[in-house]
Amino acid sequence: MPSIRQNAHSDVLPDFRNLGVIARVLLAANAAALAAALFAARDLVQGADLFVQTATVLEPLLLACIVTLAAASPLLGRLVYWKGCVAVLAIVAALTAAAYAAVSAVAADAAEGTDLARMLVLSALATALLLGYFRLLAKAYSPALVEARLQALQARIRPHFLFNSLNTVLSLLRRDPQRAERALEDLSDLFRTLMSEPRQFVRLADEISLLERYAALEQLRLGDRLQITWELDSAPADALLPPLVLQPLLENAVHHGVEPGTGPGVVLVRIERRGERVLARIENPYIEEQQKRAGNRMALDNIRERLLLFFDAEARIRTSAADARYRVEIEIPYRTDAQTTARTGTA
Amino acid sequence: MSLRVFIADDEEPARERLKELLGDIAAELPTSVVGEARHGLEALEQVPQSGAQVLLADIHMPGMGGLELARHLAGLERPPAVVFVTAHDRHAVEAFELNAIDYLLKPVRAARLVAALRKAAAAVPDRAQLARAAQAAREYLSVVERNRIVLLPVRDIVFLRAEQKYVTVRTAAREHLIEEPLVALEREFAGRLVRIHRNCLVARAAIRGFERNPGDDEAQWLVVLEGVPDKLPVSRRQWPTVRELVADKRE
Repeated sequence: MPSIRQNAHSDVLPDFRNLGVIARVLLAANAAALAAALFAARDLVQGADLFVQTATVLEPLLLACIVTLAAASPLLGRLVYWKGCVAVLAIVAALTAAAYAAVSAVAADAAEGTDLARMLVLSALATALLLGYFRLLAKAYSPALVEARLQALQARIRPHFLFNSLNTVLSLLRRDPQRAERALEDLSDLFRTLMSEPRQFVRLADEISLLERYAALEQLRLGDRLQITWELDSAPADALLPPLVLQPLLENAVHHGVEPGTGPGVVLVRIERRGERVLARIENPYIEEQQKRAGNRMALDNIRERLLLFFDAEARIRTSAADARYRVEIEIPYRTDAQTTARTGTA
Repeated sequence: MSLRVFIADDEEPARERLKELLGDIAAELPTSVVGEARHGLEALEQVPQSGAQVLLADIHMPGMGGLELARHLAGLERPPAVVFVTAHDRHAVEAFELNAIDYLLKPVRAARLVAALRKAAAAVPDRAQLARAAQAAREYLSVVERNRIVLLPVRDIVFLRAEQKYVTVRTAAREHLIEEPLVALEREFAGRLVRIHRNCLVARAAIRGFERNPGDDEAQWLVVLEGVPDKLPVSRRQWPTVRELVADKRE
């Protein structure tokens, strides 16, 4: 399975169409040329002179490189990293040779005192240094990408659920204002968690209370069609887990197992500690065409990905269908360390 | 005289809310609720006798959703106007917009409800409009018998045969006549039915085998079906397609 972790850590070529990348290339190449000119010159005036001379060849070459790489960027992006680097080097070398040929043709005297080999080595060096720099840059930014990904993964609840819940609250306002108040409080808690810091672990007790709040809202809406059996006696309240790992599973169970049925549907929520592991199981009536829907798969992939970001290979998620029941089981290590955060966030 | 309204929604609070709103707008538009149902099948049983002029139907209901419900009701001599209600269904809403069918979004506003009821009473969406807005094949075909809607589960169909103005629906149990074009049925149930002749579709699952049809040059093969004695001719033109499908099934 492709994971964010691998994506974030494997090297990729920069996007040469990106303005930031282009600006960096221009700046670095010109700074290097200026430094070289000053180094070779006796004084500042001669250095400036030398730089201007170099620039007449350097700038067109740079522009040609940038335009070509930008055009080739989508193709380069598809190559394995090292092959991409070779391709970039080859493109730069070819353009350098072309520039050399052009300069020799236009002004034979200007080409004097320079040779092709020197230009090729210089441009190859500069390219290699820049590629190295971009690679480090990408590494430095990847945790931010991971964080953004986490945020996107977490902030997902069915809009359908929100609007139906609001409609339920509206229907209660006149008949039973106190229940309406409680429903709004439950809804607030749910959304507070949805918008919380995605890198932080939460206590299992908090996730369970979230499950109960969610269940209370759905109960109002679905009445006795929704029957939830809670088996939480041996659930370790202090175990830590990423936020909103269990709630989407319960939401799925209700959405795919109870809502499409005309009769009552029984959902089981069982959480227990077994040695150094925490096991959670959520079961619902199996309605085949529902369970295969994209929505269900998406929620599961989402949770799998987040468990991976938080626990790496130590977490497991399994689904099965048997005896007209659909089961999702999650297994995570039992951890209570208050300092634990998503490892990718600190890597 | 007040407008007779029927409410179909699987959520009790949603039905209560609609009734509350109908009460609120009574001064502007007097209505009376003549019935309520918790899902499409229940509504289908009750609506014809209820004398409802307008049906407020949720799109997502267990068993049968609002759209299929409306399509069956459209077969009635005087079908009620339908206003669809949904909390959030981008696809359905797009389809409604495209086909000029009115809908309400939950939570519903009183002013919108008044406008929708007025408009609905004026223009009842017809079958073709509803069919275009539908995003999934129906689970049932329906026939109206003495102002009652009889449902024919699509999975029970053995074959459909066009006869002049009507299409005969053959199930293992009996025959019914419906008034829908065969071409549209072929398109809607493409996964389940296969055309064997200009005027005939059969259920893939019901095909048991083939027999030679001696003496007929146009149709050299007959298809033998599960559950019915009829043997139907396969046209020369359809034969390659039909044979391939059945070969696929065997594999």
